Amino acid sequence: MTDTASNPPVAHTAEDRARESELSAIGRFLKATELDIRMLGMVGALLVIWVGIHILSGGLFLTPRNLWNLSVQTSSVAIMATGMVLVIVMRNIDLSVGSVEGVIGMVMGVAQAEFLIRVMGLQVGNPWIWIIALAAGVVLGLMIGALQGFIIAYLEVPAFIVTLGGLLIWRGMAWLMTSGRTVAPLDATFQLMGGGPRGSIGATASWIVGVLACAAVAFMLLNGRSQRKRFKFPLRPVWAESLLGVVACAAILGAVWIANSYPWPIGIVRQYAQRNGITVPEGGLFIAHGIAIPVLIAVAVGIVMTFITRRTRFGRYVFAIGGNPEAAELAGINTRWVTMKVFMIMGILAAISAAIASARLNASTNALGTLDELLVIAAAVIGGTSLAGGSGTVLGAMLGALLMQSLQSGMVLLGIDSPLQSVVVGAVLVIAVWLDTVYRKRV
Amino acid sequence: MVDTTARTGTPLIDMRNISIAFGGIRAVDDASIDLFPGEVVALLGHNGAGKSTLIKILSGAYKRDSGQIFVNGEEASISNPRDAKKYGIETIYQTLALADNVDAAANLFLGRELMTGWGTLDDGAMEAEARKVMGRLNPRFQRFKEPVVKLSGGQRQSVAIARAILFNARILIMDEPTAALGPQETAQVGELVMQLKADGIGIFLISHDIHDVFELADRVCVMKNGQVVGTARTSDVTQDEVLGMIILGKCPPGAIPGPGALKIAA
Ligand SMILES: Nc1ncnc2c1ncn2[C@@H]1O[C@H](COP(=O)(O)OP(=O)(O)OP(=O)(O)O)[C@@H](O)[C@H]1O
Ligand SMILES: [Mg+2]
Repeated sequence: MTDTASNPPVAHTAEDRARESELSAIGRFLKATELDIRMLGMVGALLVIWVGIHILSGGLFLTPRNLWNLSVQTSSVAIMATGMVLVIVMRNIDLSVGSVEGVIGMVMGVAQAEFLIRVMGLQVGNPWIWIIALAAGVVLGLMIGALQGFIIAYLEVPAFIVTLGGLLIWRGMAWLMTSGRTVAPLDATFQLMGGGPRGSIGATASWIVGVLACAAVAFMLLNGRSQRKRFKFPLRPVWAESLLGVVACAAILGAVWIANSYPWPIGIVRQYAQRNGITVPEGGLFIAHGIAIPVLIAVAVGIVMTFITRRTRFGRYVFAIGGNPEAAELAGINTRWVTMKVFMIMGILAAISAAIASARLNASTNALGTLDELLVIAAAVIGGTSLAGGSGTVLGAMLGALLMQSLQSGMVLLGIDSPLQSVVVGAVLVIAVWLDTVYRKRV
Repeated sequence: MVDTTARTGTPLIDMRNISIAFGGIRAVDDASIDLFPGEVVALLGHNGAGKSTLIKILSGAYKRDSGQIFVNGEEASISNPRDAKKYGIETIYQTLALADNVDAAANLFLGRELMTGWGTLDDGAMEAEARKVMGRLNPRFQRFKEPVVKLSGGQRQSVAIARAILFNARILIMDEPTAALGPQETAQVGELVMQLKADGIGIFLISHDIHDVFELADRVCVMKNGQVVGTARTSDVTQDEVLGMIILGKCPPGAIPGPGALKIAA
């Protein structure tokens, strides 16, 4: 120990090496790659579910068509789950997101299908229609979030109660807007947010997005390395860094490849050919969907939310408050304002989800988003967000949403009745949280 | 020790007639205390005497019911921790007040993060600074990547101390800063106190260790049941006399009695 003082760096690496030799091969792998064992566990669980359902359904699950649909169905819950991570990290809960989604969907539907056309006199198809409708929805989401957040943060009513009230109030409002009438059809451009053959970006653009994403991954790994070098912090081994890059790029390009393997249905191809004066050849015309627009929106939201949680002051404060609210207050953080902002973000995300969900339906119904709050909370919690506050990741929550949706779509494919589906989803949620508790005790 | 501080001119901190009550309990009752540059004033008293509460009023954690605070002779309005920090008042809380789920660097800079030119957190720079300051306090500390909840009690305390000295405090409040530290780390904190004192920083030190107090402090201030029993230079009183103040509230001749001093009944 005497030479520790005289030559600390050497002693440090020696100590590291000593510790490393105690680790198993898996431990060494995890340490080198700095991957989270819980995240790997979730990816593993997802793969098991996928393969299991694929086999049970006689090969129906892992098809381009089904996976593409799965990605679109996951988008709206995944988007809200990223916000729920922040809410739960701060030791709050938001039970109102499904109803907020419903009322915003209704407002956007009424705005574009009725108000802007009949009252404001805009022509059907005017591009301002979808822009104004969407903007109105986002602003409304922000305002609802601000109102609920204000009551929670400044009037100190527990979030559970405020958002439970919200669950009833906003659902009731959605019904009152049109006395329960469904509003349809929606603006043609607005509908693109829901996916479908037109709401996808096609093969070429998808490959471009994929390649750009791979470039971004490479850039981030290199940038992270140079940052560590700048301060002379320990570096990840090159093999680990390369492995991470290769796996990430393979996943991205694989996803693009799958999206590009799902062709437009014959009817739509025929319409398209007719409109553009193309003759359809003997074997049919293969036009790929490519990545769906709602999926792109969800990925963009995921990136923005990850950035917010990891790289901004606000994100740091959210986690610090979740870890120890009193300490955050004593450090001079305005905890009330941060709380209110988190609910405002949640409101905006509910608006984006509402746009996607109603665009996909091509209608606004007062039932839009019913029970989504449970899926969203389940996604966040299954994705590793601790209900005790202070920990959770955006990526985990999005994977959690994918897992929940996989289970649900899989059960539909297997012809399982909806009551039994509820039983399974409920049981999975409880088991996931239990596993999480066990994991936290051991680590 | 010999008192070398010139207690003339304006005090760095002058708290006058401070009172606060929680429900029916008068946690601090008409307490007055002052602190000069380069001086260490120890706050002593039994558990629940009101020491932490009094200094939490100074650090902005609690709002006083009545009384005034002067910083450098000017009345200061301190109504939250941010205000106190603006006056250069830094605090090591008895509870440490660390965000358990983030790492040491994030805790050191909590509320005062270093940012890059892009307006994003500069974690690299913060970790580098953290390594520097922790090196001064606890050179063996290496666990910079782990959330502080995984650290030992002493390591956590080092983080809390590092946070307080990182931002060039003019007034430092230390609420039992060495309670969880080993002998070597305690000695290091003692050295740190002397060093900061030499830099002209005023320090309020709360401790239950009379021996430590006599080693480090220029003056002692004893509290009992929320009231100040008395204030004295450590050179004017003995350790036994200070114990008498703490336990019985009996003010010795070398001390200036406060409102809480035992009244000699006829
Ligand atoms: N937030 C609070 N709410 C209610 N009562 C409080 C609060 N903080 C302190 N008190 C009460 O005020 C009194 C003084 O407490 P304080 O923490 O200041 O004591 P202390 O002198 O620091 O004791 P210790 O040596 O145990 O740290 C106690 O009776 C305590 O119960
Ligand atoms: Mg105390």
